[in-house]
Amino acid sequence: MPETKKLMYINRKAPYGTIYAWESLEVVLIGAAFEQDVSVAFMDDGVYQLTKGQDTTGIGMKNFSPTYTALGDYEVNKIYVDKESLEERGLTLDDLQHLVWEDEDEDYAEKDSIRLVSRAELSEVLADQDVLFNF
Amino acid sequence: MLHLVNKSPHDGCNLDTATSIMKDGDSLLLIEDGVYGAIKAGKAASLLEGRSVSVLGPDLAARGISEDKLVDGITIVDYAGFVDMVAASDNVQSWL
Repeated sequence: MPETKKLMYINRKAPYGTIYAWESLEVVLIGAAFEQDVSVAFMDDGVYQLTKGQDTTGIGMKNFSPTYTALGDYEVNKIYVDKESLEERGLTLDDLQHLVWEDEDEDYAEKDSIRLVSRAELSEVLADQDVLFNF
Repeated sequence: MLHLVNKSPHDGCNLDTATSIMKDGDSLLLIEDGVYGAIKAGKAASLLEGRSVSVLGPDLAARGISEDKLVDGITIVDYAGFVDMVAASDNVQSWL
């Protein structure tokens, strides 16, 4: 049985302006397929990745935002959003997609994946990881 | 003169520089990640006060920013409007 590691993906870039956000999402899904303990963090401009209502028909790029809702199905259910980054950008949790996962141990009860955290709380989560991936 | 900003206001100092160098009669068009600068509740909103500002609609829609989130008085243009603005300006400065 291979060792399970705590992997964290840190997203700090807005979607569409650069390819980082999309590339990160691809790598997160690959990591999840290897049954690792995956966490994802969104901070700085990375919080823009999760906004709801994205419609890219006018810019000729793929809208990859619906894929975030699939993370729960890959057991990626620890999604940390930095509170200060949201506030600086005039956003609230209501502006973000509602991401959920189903808890097998509790009769598939639907639970929130997003954890709104302070910078200090995020610092603790970061310190607890084995591997950090930055996008 | 038309000034173009395509970076997020939180990524570097492009919007600060553009708005501080603009003269009366100049226009600012926010495109790509630059459109985040037009959000009313964001910390960059004050930079746009008293300026003639437009944003590219398709870039707003891609990022899920609805019109009611924008700083008051901003004009939304489409790609054809973008071209018209460039054509109507004696010069264009892109703050890349």
